[in-house]
Amino acid sequence: MDDAELLKSLLGGDESAFSELVRRYHSTLVKVARYYVASAASAEDVAQDTWIAVLKGIEKFEGRSTFKTWLLRICVNRARTSGVKEHRSIPVDPNESGPTVSAHRFDQGGFWSDPPVPFTEAIDTRLDNTAVLNAVRDAIDALAEPQQAVVTLRDVEGLSTQEVAALLGLSEANVRVIVHRGRARVREIVEEAMKGSKI
Amino acid sequence: MKLLPSPLVCRDAVELVSDYLDGTLSRRQRRRLEKHLAQCDACSAYLDQMRATIAASGTVGPEDLPSEVVEGLVNLFRQYRADE
Ligand SMILES: [Zn+2]
Repeated sequence: MDDAELLKSLLGGDESAFSELVRRYHSTLVKVARYYVASAASAEDVAQDTWIAVLKGIEKFEGRSTFKTWLLRICVNRARTSGVKEHRSIPVDPNESGPTVSAHRFDQGGFWSDPPVPFTEAIDTRLDNTAVLNAVRDAIDALAEPQQAVVTLRDVEGLSTQEVAALLGLSEANVRVIVHRGRARVREIVEEAMKGSKI
Repeated sequence: MKLLPSPLVCRDAVELVSDYLDGTLSRRQRRRLEKHLAQCDACSAYLDQMRATIAASGTVGPEDLPSEVVEGLVNLFRQYRADE
């Protein structure tokens, strides 16, 4: 069932539609909230409050945006408020202009001395392989903010650069840089995992 | 006379890959990168890895939530319905 169908069931009071939406989006809400608030526990609270706000506001939801966009906007607004109360400053990547592939993998001329181990075959032909998907998921979970929230929205939830920028109040250029750095980090972690296992 | 863009080295090529896949490089940058990729297997492998990583990110699907988290929220739902 897609979100719109679940929403319809939820409006009719269907508990299983609610738990399905929770399963679909709760972890994304927590990651997005974590960008704004000071602790994992506090992010969990924001996500929980978001669901309550959904229940309270669902009859007023007019469907002018998708459910996902509406949900994320509620979450961001709440997280922002909580973050301000906690006097937390929004995290920025401390190495924003540094290289995304460690320098020791290149020779002095800037060419690979330790080239990437192609995991093309492994990952492309085994996209359904749980081990591979788990490696990617673990890698995203291991990202620091702001990369975790931004990569989750852009690549896991499939929002456009523009949508992510509008949602988080960042410039599109900034989103592109964060996505670039986050993806590079995920690739690095997955590469390590693939080296370790014999996929 | 127009200056020819200097050829890319791998260290700089990898920094363009994400924008390349998103289609947001300038035409000039894209040409420089494509020229490099055409003759560099290692950076082509890097590009493939990045493409695969992004594709996998889009298919990982929702995380398995701990059942107590789902139960806690479903309880909130019941409470909310009961109070209504
Ligand atoms: Zn190269």
